[in-house]
Amino acid sequence: MPILEVRDIEKNFGTLRVLRKIDFSLKKGETLAIIGSSGSGKTTLLRCLNFLERPDRGIIVVNNEVIFDAMDPDTQRESEVRKKRLHFGLVFQNFNLFPQHTVLKNVTLAMELLAKERPNYKQDKKAIMEEIQEKGKNLLSQVGLSDKLNCYPHMISGGQQQRVAIARALALEPDILCFDEPTSALDPELTGEVLKVIRNLAERNTTMIIVTHEMDFARDVADRVIFMDDGVIVEQGTPEEVFGNPREERTRQFLTRYKENSGNGSNADC
Amino acid sequence: MNDIPVIISRLSESFLLNCRLFALTLLFSLPLGLLIAFGSMSRFRPLRWLVRTFVWIIRGTPLMLQLLIIYFAPGLLDMAFSWPGGTSGRFVAATVAFIINYACYFSEIFRGGIESIPQGQYEAGQVLGMTKRQIFFKVILLQVVKRILPPVGNEVITLVKDTALARIIANKEIIMMAGEYSSKGLIWPLFATGIYFLAFVGALTLLLDWLEKKLSYFRT
Ligand SMILES: Nc1ncnc2c1ncn2[C@@H]1O[C@H](COP(=O)(O)OP(=O)(O)OP(=O)(O)O)[C@@H](O)[C@H]1O
Ligand SMILES: [Mg+2]
Repeated sequence: MPILEVRDIEKNFGTLRVLRKIDFSLKKGETLAIIGSSGSGKTTLLRCLNFLERPDRGIIVVNNEVIFDAMDPDTQRESEVRKKRLHFGLVFQNFNLFPQHTVLKNVTLAMELLAKERPNYKQDKKAIMEEIQEKGKNLLSQVGLSDKLNCYPHMISGGQQQRVAIARALALEPDILCFDEPTSALDPELTGEVLKVIRNLAERNTTMIIVTHEMDFARDVADRVIFMDDGVIVEQGTPEEVFGNPREERTRQFLTRYKENSGNGSNADC
Repeated sequence: MNDIPVIISRLSESFLLNCRLFALTLLFSLPLGLLIAFGSMSRFRPLRWLVRTFVWIIRGTPLMLQLLIIYFAPGLLDMAFSWPGGTSGRFVAATVAFIINYACYFSEIFRGGIESIPQGQYEAGQVLGMTKRQIFFKVILLQVVKRILPPVGNEVITLVKDTALARIIANKEIIMMAGEYSSKGLIWPLFATGIYFLAFVGALTLLLDWLEKKLSYFRT
């Protein structure tokens, strides 16, 4: 039984048709890599899943619950959306950490705010807050940043910032964690540490959707791969199928172009 | 009449009016400015249009004119309400005019500051399940404050000196008081008022520098 089903999503910006007939599903614990050239709609797709864009058509089902249906306004009410988007987490290309909060606070802030909605918040405030701090510290040690808890985002490197962003997204325990080109804003020597963290998550069977231009990484870490071009899914399958033996001409062209451009840049360190 | 301590104490007393006007204006125009800023960014077009027109009118006409109109209009136009009589009426009218005027200037600074915060900050809050309110107060506000501190500081300093305009509707502020002495042939009280303003602005500058330092622990 899939944890996520996306059925026939379509998205237009004015007359620009950005996504068409997007259909795919994802099983619990799987890692899905989405590849494709610039402008093919990858970011828009992730933004639709996270309710940052409203698809014009289609249905999104998580754990057998329809969380979005373009035809059903009831699924789109503001108060509902806020709860439902917690099924997903999103790690942005450029981190978007909160600059005025410490690394630890970046991770705990959303948990603290959500805790206020718990019925027993008033009585158990102290215990709840301690539990949240503990959890934040654990997450940060998981991404290797135990020594940076009290730093502010501008004091740490891009790679470290992105790892904080990953810990922050994990804090609310999303069913599906989405990454939008998590390493493309980073200097080459910093991508390794971020990919390592993501690889770790894959090994712990975190359900993930990763938009990436790191083909070697995608091939290595993903259970399934989707190749998108011009707003449609051109091809999907296992990494062996898509990278090793692509069925579609467009996929082949994209991969050839990629190889030519990337030279021999390897990610041997992860 | 030429008794220096007496003159100084009368100058100080009248400077209190400048200070009161300054404090009340800040106290009310900062929050009102935020409200106007939200209005001028409203997605509801008629409201946005109305608010922006209002801001244009207030920023486009002299504060002195606004003082006169706000003070005289109720009486001359036979409006249902009127200012209380005497000194307090003149002071209240001046305060109201200053609050409206400065709120409009502040609102534009706030709007610029709020719009300068990257969309990604809102989106990061949204995907973490925060409400609009929480995003504004826990994520956006302090970044805005940091960014607008210098222009707000400028306005605040201008306000100190603008309080002298209150004399146009016969508020006995410090320059009006000194003017009375100079018309009787005594010039030094006028120079003395300059010292009051300089001291006040000096203290404010120190306060603003301190605030700026306080907020330098993060970068936006
Ligand atoms: N808010 C928007 N308004 C109008 N057009 C948009 C908007 N967002 C994206 N687009 C357009 O939609 C198309 C798909 O954009 P998208 O960002 O999803 O591509 P992408 O696959 O993520 O590309 P990249 O690899 O460069 O990140 C592009 O043509 C883009 O210009
Ligand atoms: Mg993109």
